[in-house]
Amino acid sequence: MFTYILRRLLQGVIVLLVASMICFVIFRFMGDPVVTLAGRYATFQEMEEVRQNLGLDKPIYIQYVKFLWNAAHGNFGKSYVTRIPALGLILERFPATFELVTLAVFMAFCVGVGLGVLVSIKPYALRNRFIMAGSLGGISIPTFLMGILLIMVFAVYLGILPPFGRGKTIAIGPWRTGLLTVDGIKHLVLPALTLAMYQLAVLLRLTRAGMREVLTEEYIKTAWAKGLSPFKVIFKHALRNVLIPVITITGLQFGELIAFSIVTETIFQWPGMGNLLLTSMYENDQPVIVTYIMLASLIIITVNIIVDILYGLINPKIRYE
Amino acid sequence: MSDRRIKSKFLYSYLHDPSAIAGSIILCIFILAAVLAPWITPQDPYDLEKLTLDNFLTPPIWKEGGTAPFILGTDDQGRDILSTIIYGCRTSLIVSFSVVLIVGTFGILMGLLAGYYGKWIDVVIMRLADTGYSFSTTLMAFLFLGIIGRASVFIVIIAISIAGWVRYARTMRGSVLEVKEEAYIMAAKATGASDFRLLSRHILPNAIPPIFVVVAVDLAVVIMLEATLSFLGVGVPLTRPSLGMMISIGKNYIYVGMWWMIVFPGAALILLVVGINLFADWLREELNPKIERKT
Repeated sequence: MFTYILRRLLQGVIVLLVASMICFVIFRFMGDPVVTLAGRYATFQEMEEVRQNLGLDKPIYIQYVKFLWNAAHGNFGKSYVTRIPALGLILERFPATFELVTLAVFMAFCVGVGLGVLVSIKPYALRNRFIMAGSLGGISIPTFLMGILLIMVFAVYLGILPPFGRGKTIAIGPWRTGLLTVDGIKHLVLPALTLAMYQLAVLLRLTRAGMREVLTEEYIKTAWAKGLSPFKVIFKHALRNVLIPVITITGLQFGELIAFSIVTETIFQWPGMGNLLLTSMYENDQPVIVTYIMLASLIIITVNIIVDILYGLINPKIRYE
Repeated sequence: MSDRRIKSKFLYSYLHDPSAIAGSIILCIFILAAVLAPWITPQDPYDLEKLTLDNFLTPPIWKEGGTAPFILGTDDQGRDILSTIIYGCRTSLIVSFSVVLIVGTFGILMGLLAGYYGKWIDVVIMRLADTGYSFSTTLMAFLFLGIIGRASVFIVIIAISIAGWVRYARTMRGSVLEVKEEAYIMAAKATGASDFRLLSRHILPNAIPPIFVVVAVDLAVVIMLEATLSFLGVGVPLTRPSLGMMISIGKNYIYVGMWWMIVFPGAALILLVVGINLFADWLREELNPKIERKT
């Protein structure tokens, strides 16, 4: 187990190194940082000065090591547009993204798994066929379209929920939360629903498929025959075994969730990291893009390692050699 | 003999599943419309000579102000919405079939190699696949295009393919590992068949069925992904019709009540994806030996 975790960590470090190399290439070769920093009308001398200050006159591997060193210390340079350190710029927007993603995952998981179990018990009942049809819609409507349709219905026609922004927020230390005001929660409903919908449908289908396989197993028949209550058979015996792969897949697809959070934040002008990333892409603000990629890689890798280790703890059948 | 019976059982199940039939009919109609686009649309929306700005933002024909050839109205450049939808589906289908062809071939090859040879080949390929899987096709394509900038349909296809092969490789590897242990593979090996012959003639045909489900699901996923990328402004270039781009234009007009600019292309996109998914659902259940089917 210990060597497994060690190997897993090493692997994570390698992936991070590759990501940093790609980031370095973006930073160094996508547009000349000297021109961007010194300004288009700088004299040759001024440009030479900037080049030396940035260390761009040194050999490429020394530049990379320096880049890594700075990155490890959280120094990714200043945003070209706002002249504020890129990491600070992104971290400031982290709470908004975190609240959105967490709420969406929570909703998707509870409703998705719940409905999945419900449907699997009587797969051919009329009500459950409707739920399945709904889940087909859920996986067939892309997130961005879902967001726009929700805005059209709830914000434009019914006018009961706000279409964009985060509303009133309250600062608790460095963390600005929107969860403590009615206005903030109202603003959170539509984006969270948008982000949750696709995941919800996927989880529903995964749970249903898993339950249908497990419910035909011998040990479930035994459990019924023993006269256990349906609640115990379904939740304690069946669902437990289904949840392991479901949780693993949810955890491993964290990257997908980050990608869709970019889409959702853009549609609802949610002041989070994803929205900032898209704006930075339009403005060629490389330090911010690079910081975002490194941060996202770090988060994804961490979540993956945690999921892998938990998987081993929940499922005693898995042995790490 | 037995092979023939299985095939007919397959066909039997297909003909008795209304949603599978409905799904494939929808897909066929979309493909037909996309192929015949130049002959069935009233206007080529991306031929600048045929556009006049006089016709911009007209509503559908049954509403007041709707005019003759524009059945579903026009957008802000005077492009006929129905024609743009049909041409947009063309882009969607071209992108999704190309991507599936590329990632399918590459992924199956990787899965075969990893599953058959094992050892370090397996480790290298599967670690790569794990990484691609956790970073997700969507995120990789988005970051790649966001950095390169919107260039061409070809670049979009490449961007989606970067991490897209992973699911094929994983599925194929799992399937190969099962097939590899079968007695007939041992028998073929014993007769002195070469690795190439063993892989191409014995393992590939027997290990490939699970891949069909991945292909069907992926067709739908890629269509949605292309629309998403184009919606965000990092997808196909502005000079190419795309459902995602239509919706992003329509988004500017939702507050003035011009719902048709979003609802029609959106409905086309959803219908196309639902059609493919209906077919994929049937295929998945049909190829899964663990589930008993009742209808």
